[in-house]
Amino acid sequence: MTSVALRARALRLLEMVTTPLLPSDYLDLVAPLRSGADLRGRIEAIHPETRDAATIVIRPGRGWKGHVAGQYIRVGVDVDGVRLWRAYSVTSPTSRADGRITITVKAMPDGKVSNHLVRRAKPGTVIHLDQASGDFVLPAVKPAKVLYLTAGSGITPVMGMLRDTALADVVVLHSAPTEADVIFRDDLRDLAADKALRLIERHTDTAGTLDITRLDEHVPDWTERETWACGPTGLLDAAEEHWARHGIADRLHTERFRPAALVTGEGGAVTFTTTDKTVEADGATPLLDVGEQAGVLMPSGCRMGICFGCVTPLRAGAVRDLRTGEVTTAEPGVLIQTCVSAAAGACEIER
Amino acid sequence: MTAIDPTAHLSDEQIEQLGRELDALRDEVIASRGERDAAYIRKVISVQRKLEMGSRGVLLFSLFPPAWLIGTAGLSVAKILENMEIGHNILHGQWDWMRDPKIHSTTWEWDHVSPAAQWKHSHNELHHTYTNVIGKDNDLGYGIMRVDEDQKWHPFHLGQPLWNFINACFFEYGIAAYDLELGKNLHKSRRKNPEFRARAREVGKKIRKQVLKDYIIHPLLSGPSFLTTLGATFTANLVRNLWSHSVIMCGHFPEGVQTFERRSIDGETRGQWYLRQMLGSANISGSKAMHIMTGNLSHQIEHHLFPDLPSNRYGEIAPKVRELFDRYGLEYVSGSLPKQVFSAWRKVFRLSLPNKSVKPNKTVKVPGRAKERVAA
Ligand SMILES: Cc1cc2nc3c(=O)[nH]c(=O)nc-3n(C[C@H](O)[C@H](O)[C@H](O)COP(=O)(O)OP(=O)(O)OC[C@H]3O[C@@H](n4cnc5c(N)ncnc54)[C@H](O)[C@@H]3O)c2cc1C
Ligand code: FES
Repeated sequence: MTSVALRARALRLLEMVTTPLLPSDYLDLVAPLRSGADLRGRIEAIHPETRDAATIVIRPGRGWKGHVAGQYIRVGVDVDGVRLWRAYSVTSPTSRADGRITITVKAMPDGKVSNHLVRRAKPGTVIHLDQASGDFVLPAVKPAKVLYLTAGSGITPVMGMLRDTALADVVVLHSAPTEADVIFRDDLRDLAADKALRLIERHTDTAGTLDITRLDEHVPDWTERETWACGPTGLLDAAEEHWARHGIADRLHTERFRPAALVTGEGGAVTFTTTDKTVEADGATPLLDVGEQAGVLMPSGCRMGICFGCVTPLRAGAVRDLRTGEVTTAEPGVLIQTCVSAAAGACEIER
Repeated sequence: MTAIDPTAHLSDEQIEQLGRELDALRDEVIASRGERDAAYIRKVISVQRKLEMGSRGVLLFSLFPPAWLIGTAGLSVAKILENMEIGHNILHGQWDWMRDPKIHSTTWEWDHVSPAAQWKHSHNELHHTYTNVIGKDNDLGYGIMRVDEDQKWHPFHLGQPLWNFINACFFEYGIAAYDLELGKNLHKSRRKNPEFRARAREVGKKIRKQVLKDYIIHPLLSGPSFLTTLGATFTANLVRNLWSHSVIMCGHFPEGVQTFERRSIDGETRGQWYLRQMLGSANISGSKAMHIMTGNLSHQIEHHLFPDLPSNRYGEIAPKVRELFDRYGLEYVSGSLPKQVFSAWRKVFRLSLPNKSVKPNKTVKVPGRAKERVAA
């Protein structure tokens, strides 16, 4: 018998001993980061970056498959006893020798997870993770000239790329309210001093918000550059418009932390079939929120339609995509993203 | 016994006020649920799992009498914790708010021959909705006993002390049969019902797994200790069964607990529903360890008022609930475990015989609606 078959047999025997639980339920108590376990990580350190941002050093479990610079991970954190999932960009380079990864979080006003991670989380805590994903990454063939256009916490995926991949000609145009608010200020200035990049730091409290139509005043050759942009919705919307107007929309890559403009329509009664609960929902509230408020177990991640951490079978009725207004009707095998879908009349989803 | 309605002194408005006060208490707990509660249930689960594995480990050497004793005691406690403080309460959805898929009513399976899904239906949906309503709440005697004067006597009930004892020894099987509504479904007309058959198959599968684990795999792993381990797991299951049966009997059967007429719940208001739960349940007093071992069903009254609040909170709100009973002039039925077990058993014996006098008519017909009846 091969060792794989032997292992499978041993596992089946173990399952007979632990039924109705699984052997992993017991192993999780002592070795939550072992290989074969659900992916988790242990917070090893928390380093403040600014007055409201911190970098979290995470030792990922053995099942961690690595990331590509610029990608994000889904992180599940227990805040006040409740498991909440959010997406965070990886800020450490792929080559980090100790195998740790870092995320850098900016505390949002009233933000549940971000405040918890920045201000309350303790080293030693085990958190839940998912493999890295996202296509806000550099192409295989490195572009000759690059512009990183960022603001606020939008510097995070870009820092991941800067630390990972050296490029010949890089401009970083970064906005933050004040000098003290610039996350990674020292790292950016060091890189600039080493001539690894040209840094344009804009402090918007004094200099005002960047007017994207006057971008050529700061970066005259911007149209020749492949651009990666990450920041608040306003900046990204303006950038997309600007690049499109110049007919080079394909040279702009954006990463959004928040969903783009929302549409709404009529709501309806939502039935969660596994939990056997029915609640009334309006046409603007994502089914993810509706379910969570009703106490239904709803998987989630980015909460804005990009990670597919929330996909759920639509069993009956119709739902509306809050980004496009498009209505999806139930058919066998139809899956919906609950974070960007709202009820469009009565519907049943399998949760 | 005379027809005294213990709610006769309350006006409709008072009953609704009582309901509002209980709703406020519930909201208070929900608003303060948090890290401390989550840490509590995780701790209990962790202790239970370590105790179970440790005890099963010790039982591998059960040929040595001290190992047998320690292992059997540990496994009994582990099984009790698993069914009561952990399984029963998770399946009630008490911990769903944590959004942890590993500790959730829709994913949990317990160390019990009745599959979680079936038990949830008969327990959460039927028993907790129809608490102590004669003819609707099958928990009142489980369909094999008469535990209230107003239940019709039948010669079959003469044997009920024996039925109750057998049920206590094999309680988990009793519950599985009960969740399957075997009594009703074994009728010729229903036996072939595909829905019933599917459910029966589920139970069969669960029994097979449970029996295989406790009575074959674990003894086999013990090698020369095969027979003694078999005896140990059997004993642990027996202890768990007797314990949970006793605790559960104490919840609704002791003297002083009220039962209700079938008609009484038509158009029941929120306040009246609360009132029925208050009068239809009884508590067990005791130490903290005892409360945990009963899955906090020793706070049966609090549990019936708020079935989905975390069990560690029942003890904390009990003084406030008790204060409400006092203020509204209601009897908070509570007693030590031996006293309540004795009281429940005495009733089982007494009601195995037909009612002595003319129908005593002691059931509360309609909680809080005695006046309506007079007027009608
Ligand atoms: C792909 C991706 C990558 C991300 N990477 C990072 C990262 O590297 N670092 C980082 O700090 N965040 C990042 N985010 C944002 C992060 O996932 C959370 O949305 C953010 O931390 C707020 O969560 P919260 O629980 O604190 O706020 P919540 O409690 O969910 O919300 C509190 C309030 O803040 C508002 N709010 C929520 N998110 C934002 C936001 N991004 N900007 C402004 N207001 C907001 C809400 O509307 C609400 O009013 C990323 C998001 C995505 C989708
Ligand atoms: S939560 Fe990420 S796609 Fe819905």
